[in-house]
Amino acid sequence: MGRPTDKSGKSSIAEGHRPSRRQLLKGAAAVAGAAAGSSVIGAPVIWAQEIKDIELRHVGVSYSVVKAIGDQAAKDLGFKVTMQNLDTSAAINRFITQPNTVDIPDLEGWQAKLAAKRGVIQGINVKKVKEFDNFLPIFTKGELDGHKIPREGISPYEAMYIAKPDATDLHEGVTEWATFLPQVYNADSIGYRPDLVDHPVTEWKDLIDPKYKGKAAILDVPAIGIMDAALCMESAGLIKYGNKGNMTKQEIDFTIEKLIELKKSGHFRATWTTFDQSVQLMAAGEVIIQSMWSPAVAAVRVKQTPCIYAPVNKKGDKEGYRGWCNGLGLMKHLSGKKLDAAYEYINWYYSGWQGAFVSRYGYYSPVPSTAKKQMTPTEWAFWYEGKPAPEEIKDPYGVPMEKAGTVRDGGSFLERVKNISCWNTLMDEAAYMNKRWNDFKVA
Amino acid sequence: MESKVKAGGSSTGWLLILPLVLILVPFFIVPIIGVVAASFVQSDGFGGIIPSFTFENYKNLFTSALTYQLYWATLKFSVFAWFFSLLIGFWIAYFLVFHVRSPLLALGLFLICTVPFWTSNIIRMISWIPLLGKEGLINSALLKVHAIDQPLEVLLFSSLAVVIAYVHQLTIFMIVPIFNSMARIDKRTIEAARDAGASRFEIVRFIVLPLCKTGIALGSIFVVSIVMGDFFVVKVMSGGGSASVVGAFYEDIGVLQYPSAAASATILTIIVLLLVVGILRTVDIRKELAR
Repeated sequence: MGRPTDKSGKSSIAEGHRPSRRQLLKGAAAVAGAAAGSSVIGAPVIWAQEIKDIELRHVGVSYSVVKAIGDQAAKDLGFKVTMQNLDTSAAINRFITQPNTVDIPDLEGWQAKLAAKRGVIQGINVKKVKEFDNFLPIFTKGELDGHKIPREGISPYEAMYIAKPDATDLHEGVTEWATFLPQVYNADSIGYRPDLVDHPVTEWKDLIDPKYKGKAAILDVPAIGIMDAALCMESAGLIKYGNKGNMTKQEIDFTIEKLIELKKSGHFRATWTTFDQSVQLMAAGEVIIQSMWSPAVAAVRVKQTPCIYAPVNKKGDKEGYRGWCNGLGLMKHLSGKKLDAAYEYINWYYSGWQGAFVSRYGYYSPVPSTAKKQMTPTEWAFWYEGKPAPEEIKDPYGVPMEKAGTVRDGGSFLERVKNISCWNTLMDEAAYMNKRWNDFKVA
Repeated sequence: MESKVKAGGSSTGWLLILPLVLILVPFFIVPIIGVVAASFVQSDGFGGIIPSFTFENYKNLFTSALTYQLYWATLKFSVFAWFFSLLIGFWIAYFLVFHVRSPLLALGLFLICTVPFWTSNIIRMISWIPLLGKEGLINSALLKVHAIDQPLEVLLFSSLAVVIAYVHQLTIFMIVPIFNSMARIDKRTIEAARDAGASRFEIVRFIVLPLCKTGIALGSIFVVSIVMGDFFVVKVMSGGGSASVVGAFYEDIGVLQYPSAAASATILTIIVLLLVVGILRTVDIRKELAR
């Protein structure tokens, strides 16, 4: 490059072999400038080199922790993201007993409550989450479109906030620190075969209708199964619950006794624990009506078997969907570069790709505005607005699923979410409920 | 010479079992002690424990009818699985030892019996589902030949399916020790019996069976302890319709009720140990191994 000119400051040539300090600084600045310009070194590039070695382990259930999402995140962000799937019970056990083996736990609302109590997660600084202000008011105010979200069970709004980053108790109302950030949520109901069931199902009580004896199934996760059962009993007018999400011992006894009665009469063909089992039961014709999750309904339809996810809108005090919400947490041990990478990952989640991906099997994103950007107008109209599909709809992996003209079961996003009647939960009487659920299984 | 062996005998003995002890103590004894200890504390409802000493977990177990029902159900499965795997295993071993002429062929066929076990246990169990289902192979075949009008629902998601899966999985554990015991029977004894005029059935009853008692006992120990400790086969093949002892405390762990799960586990371990001791009392293993 040659010697710096002597336009300003003393010339080093006249002085001899020793360059002055100013010369040295100018030379260094010039070299640095040239180097930055040629992007040999530069702040973003240094950071990329360091985070390339980072690996985030995201652990959770198979319907929200999907390998395709992790791969896309790794591609967009530059560091490795490993997705590991465990069922609900195994996951919460791992977070609590082996917290150092997980970086990003996938938590449901009630699991976030447990994890906070056990001190294995750290509060997420919502100020660092770019899209937090665009979160739907379900999560930031507990209401949607002026309609108050029911508090039966543990709604995400009440499980999300803590007073300080290391607090162990939940805080009522919005704070700066979150236990988990919602990532997918949905309103669950019953799935059925419209070709084998004689009328369109809009009420939970059809699941326990003796007409379908031997052809029904219910799910075998005690905390969730009991709520599905409760919705059925309430729909059939057998009992009125104070809080389906936190039942008293008598309510639990009544529900279980009725379930045992149904089981003894041969009403349930089987019960299922993973959603693949529910897909098999429906697609193989073993059952014609059962509790189902949205991706299971999608999977059955991909197999060209008709299956409808019943719209169970609220009728007075009865019916309504069972809502649930899974989200990302941050384990307490994350710090330094890994923590920064984790916040990058969280921000990537709300930038749209993940929202669009999960909506293709019926789940919703907490920030629909960014998801909308990554969905085609056809998909948006079908999945969120509940309009008839202008063209063919494909599932998240590109396989055609719905023909043009079909309407999403249950209608638009607003209609479905406003009709949520209770949320997945951890009851005060959980231990007792578990015992009684075992009674049901042994019967 | 003899006194030298005797004097150094005890410490050599200890040294010889040292590797096994080094593995058993930290990986087996210590965890079991941990589980037993956990069964005597109280849960705080959130997966933690309140340091205290209480018999409450055990009291709850013994006063609940559920415990007895679960053990009854699991023992029933054990007995059925044991009986059918014994029946099938005994006759396969008998065929291999007494009806296959060349010992090489017998060994070869025996090894072929073990080939399915090179694949995953779980996959082999799940593969029964499309076979036994309402629209499965067996039902379709029976419907086609008009043996039945409606598909047999009892084939899947029932206790029958559970026993079928267990027998499929566990027969090999019967075949191996019984094959071993039978192969040791001196063929000349059989010849002598036949010369004395015994029928095949009498040979089996008076010679083969008593000499195979050890093999049967060993196989039974395997089968019974596996079935008592299993929950996955019951859960999947009964479609959640039946529960088992382990299944029940797996649910407890799912809601982080560790102390009561620990108490159930301890009781189960004691019961299975008692069963094994009971089975071992019917045979004299040392005499058998010295033969």
